[in-house]
Amino acid sequence: MSRFDWLSELLARFEDEHILVRRGWARRLAPAHLLQIDAEDWGKAAAEAATFGCRWAGLWGEHLEEEIQVNACLVFKGDYLVLRTEVPAGEPLLPSHTPHFPGADRLERHAQDLLGLAFGDHPDERRWTRHLAWQEDEYPLRRDFPVQGHAGGETPPDGEYPFRAVLGSGVYEIPVGPVHAGIIEPGHFRFSAVGERVIRLEQHLGYVHKGIEKIAVGRDAEGVVRLAGRISGDSTVAHAWAACQALERACGVQPPERADFLRALFCERERVANHLGDIGAICNDVGFAFALQQFHRLREIWSRRSGERFGHRMMMDRLVPGGVAVDLDRGAAETLRTDHQALRTELERLYDILTDHPSLEDRLLGTGRLSAETARALGCTGYVGKASGQPCDIRHHSPYAPYQRLEVRPAVREEGDVMARMQVRMEEILESLRLMDELLALLPGGEVRAPFHHPGKACEGLGMVDGWRGEILTYVRLDAEGRLAHFFPRDPSWFTWPALERIQLGNIVPDFPVCNKSVNGSYSGGDL
Amino acid sequence: MSTLSNFSGWLLALFQLALFAMAAPLLAGWIKWLKARLQNRRGSSPLQPYRDLHKLFGKEVLVAETASAVFRAAPYIVFGATLLAAASLPLLTVKLPTAAIADMIVMVGFLALARFFLALAGMDTGSAFGGMGASREMLVSALAEPAMLMAIFTLAMSAHSTNLSSISSWVLNEGAILRPSFMFALLGLALVAVAETGRIPVDNPDTHLELTMIHEAMILEYSGRHLALMEWAAQLKLLLYGVLVVNVFFPWGIAESFAPGALALGLAALTAKLLLLSMILAVSETVLAKMRLFRAPQFLNLAFLLAVLGLLSFVILESGT
Repeated sequence: MSRFDWLSELLARFEDEHILVRRGWARRLAPAHLLQIDAEDWGKAAAEAATFGCRWAGLWGEHLEEEIQVNACLVFKGDYLVLRTEVPAGEPLLPSHTPHFPGADRLERHAQDLLGLAFGDHPDERRWTRHLAWQEDEYPLRRDFPVQGHAGGETPPDGEYPFRAVLGSGVYEIPVGPVHAGIIEPGHFRFSAVGERVIRLEQHLGYVHKGIEKIAVGRDAEGVVRLAGRISGDSTVAHAWAACQALERACGVQPPERADFLRALFCERERVANHLGDIGAICNDVGFAFALQQFHRLREIWSRRSGERFGHRMMMDRLVPGGVAVDLDRGAAETLRTDHQALRTELERLYDILTDHPSLEDRLLGTGRLSAETARALGCTGYVGKASGQPCDIRHHSPYAPYQRLEVRPAVREEGDVMARMQVRMEEILESLRLMDELLALLPGGEVRAPFHHPGKACEGLGMVDGWRGEILTYVRLDAEGRLAHFFPRDPSWFTWPALERIQLGNIVPDFPVCNKSVNGSYSGGDL
Repeated sequence: MSTLSNFSGWLLALFQLALFAMAAPLLAGWIKWLKARLQNRRGSSPLQPYRDLHKLFGKEVLVAETASAVFRAAPYIVFGATLLAAASLPLLTVKLPTAAIADMIVMVGFLALARFFLALAGMDTGSAFGGMGASREMLVSALAEPAMLMAIFTLAMSAHSTNLSSISSWVLNEGAILRPSFMFALLGLALVAVAETGRIPVDNPDTHLELTMIHEAMILEYSGRHLALMEWAAQLKLLLYGVLVVNVFFPWGIAESFAPGALALGLAALTAKLLLLSMILAVSETVLAKMRLFRAPQFLNLAFLLAVLGLLSFVILESGT
């Protein structure tokens, strides 16, 4: 199977629908293909792509001079296609993708709030990222909006968000958050319930909006990667890697092979650490504290080793443009291998307990089901998608260095319930341990960092990395001086948060914490 | 009974009640410590609940603007009623003057009173969690109370009395006979006790998840000494059920006179029995996950069924003798 063998067919369909492709580039955003289309064809193109079977993977816009450039990313058979169009900044009207791809909902509303884009037939025109920190008619990502913002004093509390009310006798609302009882991030959940049964769940996020896209502008490559490492702390490696990849592809820099291997090693370590924590937390949310203690103990040992070997427990700032900041000495590889074996032995016993525990099964089996159709429609990747029959794992389907040299076996389940999401994590830990053993065995010698040059002209690049939550997509554009002109990191949580709204339907209120934990979306990663 | 012994009897009754109140946090802390050890943790000291109560009593009380007088009065009523319920139990000795009022129906009534005000207080501030907690508490108690009464009636039919002291004495006099009716009643009562004291698998006393809580949800809005009283009342209730199980079903060791030696033996026996019981509880809480809320009725139906079986087996097997 060759790459993009399907593209001619899609283009033929575009032609049938009189969608005019103005220009196409195969190299500019490689490995993605870039197609420029007209604004009025924007919705039709999405409709065609949806019937064709594409997955919708992101939308971002940039205020250029007089116009706003809008990009949408589609994926088919592991190949990435970016659609691009331009609308005048004075009248930024665009057809919506949401009617064809429900996962596009929040990203379009994000673009609407930050750029002032107006999506004509969007089913939901309420604000999303915008709380009350800036005025109605202000758009922070427009060029005329200052980076430091307007000094408006304290942001007033946002109590006016128009939640959709569910009417009927016996329906009541439960507001939860944004401040929660545990030490977690802020987000508001509005349940409409009859008795204990939830008939609607609506999320209101955006409480940790940090202005990542705006403050990235003007930074150099190193500064951008540092910023990317802070988008979502638990995915610091994966986000930094995606940013590095995008920058390196934009500037034509080839990191040394050893650096690729070490990046993958860090990324798999991050996956193992987070999955360990999540499995324990899922069990704890159904009152099985034993598993919490055991898995958190294992996670702690794991993080300490990361801190000891790589200088940071979560491996923040270990990736730099052109390579990695820390090398691995010969003795370390042996220590890590011993760690992997020790963890495997412990997990074997713990997995036995978890998989043969009737009272745990009673809570997790069949709870919080996400159907394969919904998962596909929303574009869920990572363990949420995999547990609902979506085998999407770009380490396998569109492997990037060093995964071309490894055979990644995605763990896929069909059940789509909390148990399946936990089991996918359990299998992914073992798979990551295997991959890390292979990485260490195949680890090439040589440098770990190549000099990072900017080609001296404006350039752009796209990075795709399979983080522990799923596919991370990062777009960068550099100006002629090598400064960042636009940065957009798309966390997988953009699609798994809406999945949670659907997962909770028909489940009872006290099962929400465990459903939520099984999805574990990143608040910070989506609030940007 | 002479005036003197009557006076010392009342003194002892007061002492016993004080002991009950003072020991309650220790039992809660001990179970917590045991659970921590079972989870391979070091755990906080078994004395931690005393420190927590001391801390809470010293803290400022915050009351929600929407709260009524019920909210302020509830902690005192809940604590008081639970304490009175505890007073009706034979703790160290069966021969106290308070034995005259040590009626099981009275005890259940006091507990119901406490629960009623607890649920009212949960709803009083108008927060969604308090209301949810109250509705869940009522769901659990509506099923737990009949099961408990049924278990108690089984005992009462055997001992021909609903007086707890009399039942204890009766069991002591009859000696260690394996009675099917008692076994069933014990099992039923144990399940009720787990549900009523908010333990796993019905409720999770250690959770921070406001959406899953039952007992904790009702007291979410409390602070300072109000919270301390609520927590203390919950600890009292735990000890109360523990003592009910060990002293009514296994009263051996309990003092039948006021002699210091007998009382000391009673205390030692009680401690040993509670130690054993708390270990069983800690182990079961460690190996079990919490049930889905809608399983709670099934769980309590089982308790009710066991209690009814106890009653039946008494009628069929034992009443003739």
